[in-house]
Amino acid sequence: MFEKILIANRGEIALRIQRACREMGIRTVVVYSEADTEAKYVKLADESVCIGPAPAQQSYLNIPAIISAAEVTDAEAIHPGYGFLSENADFAERVESSGFVFIGPRPENIRLMGDKVSARAVMGKAGVPIVPGSDGVLPEDPKEITRIARRIGYPVLIKASGGGGGRGMRVVHTEAALQNAVVMTRSEAQAAFANPAVYMEKYLENPRHIEFQILTDAHRNAIHLGERDCSLQRRHQKVMEEAPAPELTQRVRERIGERCVDACKRINFRGVGTFEFLFENGEFYFIEMNTRIQVEHPVTEMITGVDLVQEQIRVAAGEKLRQRQKDIVLRGHAIECRINAEDPYRFTPSPGKILSYHPPGGPGIRVDTHVYAGYTVPPFYDSMIGKVIAYGGTRDQAIRRMRVALSEMALDGIQTNIPLHLELLHDVNVLRGGVSIHYLEQKLALEQKKRK
Amino acid sequence: MDLRKLKKLIDLVQESGIAELEITEGEERVRIMKGGAPAPFVAAPVYAAPVAAPDAPAAKPAEPSAPEGHVFKSPMVGSFYRAASPEAKPFVSVGQSVNVGETLCIIEAMKLMNEIECDAAGVIKAILVENGQPVEYGQPLMLIG
Repeated sequence: MFEKILIANRGEIALRIQRACREMGIRTVVVYSEADTEAKYVKLADESVCIGPAPAQQSYLNIPAIISAAEVTDAEAIHPGYGFLSENADFAERVESSGFVFIGPRPENIRLMGDKVSARAVMGKAGVPIVPGSDGVLPEDPKEITRIARRIGYPVLIKASGGGGGRGMRVVHTEAALQNAVVMTRSEAQAAFANPAVYMEKYLENPRHIEFQILTDAHRNAIHLGERDCSLQRRHQKVMEEAPAPELTQRVRERIGERCVDACKRINFRGVGTFEFLFENGEFYFIEMNTRIQVEHPVTEMITGVDLVQEQIRVAAGEKLRQRQKDIVLRGHAIECRINAEDPYRFTPSPGKILSYHPPGGPGIRVDTHVYAGYTVPPFYDSMIGKVIAYGGTRDQAIRRMRVALSEMALDGIQTNIPLHLELLHDVNVLRGGVSIHYLEQKLALEQKKRK
Repeated sequence: MDLRKLKKLIDLVQESGIAELEITEGEERVRIMKGGAPAPFVAAPVYAAPVAAPDAPAAKPAEPSAPEGHVFKSPMVGSFYRAASPEAKPFVSVGQSVNVGETLCIIEAMKLMNEIECDAAGVIKAILVENGQPVEYGQPLMLIG
């Protein structure tokens, strides 16, 4: 087992990783930018190294600074968290060639899944159901593009191969708009991902977002830990997540879970990963795979009792999986609310000093946050300041517990999206369960209209 | 570790400007802290000399409470070296005049030696870190007056 791990991230996930390490008796080195000098996990770390000024490019995305910090502190492994460099294959490669263990999959698999076209192809071959679409990157010939769109059937979605997470996508409803849409998406892709390759998929009108969590070791053992429903999104950013997905039967869960596990074995995957699907009319359609620990991992942890970050560290250290598929039993229901420092209805960021903070508590409540009274939320990074997770024996109980928890939670000095969460927890469709990925935006648009 | 040795260590911390001292001997480890918060950057076990906390002026009556002159800070993370190689002469010494653009030191990062250039003209008043010491971004390296 590692003696010292460098945590190459910030915010709540840095604290999460640190907690996992400390529980295992592993010493932590935390790297931080000048804006994060007062972070809780920096103060709790065994060692901390300032790696740059506030801007992420010069700090959390600064590969030489991070590897250098690992060198001077003699760390053995680097945990990249989520976002930042966590799915950067070059970073993973350089970490390894510098003599450290990258806590994540091998660079080849990061690359494979980072290229959305190759990911689709691999999954298709592995028997994972994929969204009907083009066989690979779209050709240059406009006639060919038209032919492909006709085969798939409108509406279609043009997607950047180097994109992901909802970025670099454009919907096309009619043939007249097709060529233009392809040209524009290509140039956006070139600008954003330095890769103009695009592909086409059928656009699903009202799908749910259901993703499967997998865990594999370096000895070809692989298991799935059930699914999460992350359909409540705004601009492709998840707002609230839950596990398990409402109304999903054990039989369907096992079927899709097995396909994911098979695919992992095929590509010799290692570590934690998430298979993202769109679910519509009873059918699952693979869209992409994430090769890192995800923000919403706690809901899976609550219903399975498995500490995913610890298991991630164990498999990276070369240990065999301690659980077999039959050991994974889903119990109860968990919901997670992402708490953002923002105006709850205008979504404008609200950084600044937290004057007072009262965290929620009680049975079934878990709070993953790095903030404290007196902490200043910096303006340089994303607005998520923490997550509240509510667990209950039933979905209904989880919802009730979350309502109570959020009503107790008070943050003075900054705005948060807690009012929005409370509204959603009283929304009749959210309570029924199974809303589509467009539901939240439609609801917000409706309310905006009403206010005018 | 016997009591006499411990007492000696405690006296050492008390009398000196050190804020925190950690010693590992085989399986035993002792850490002695003098009030206040621990140093923001703790040296790796390789270094026998402890790192003094830069923000504990009350514990160091002999040193000035505020730096006089321009504090030259490290522009990167790495290991600080005063010369281009172990046999070479240090780039600068205390009392030496320096100009903008002159090489002050080397910071080694990822097996690459980076020549660190001075950003102000003046005289080297103090060198605040030891040869071979790991440094972080923004860490004060030298005082230029």
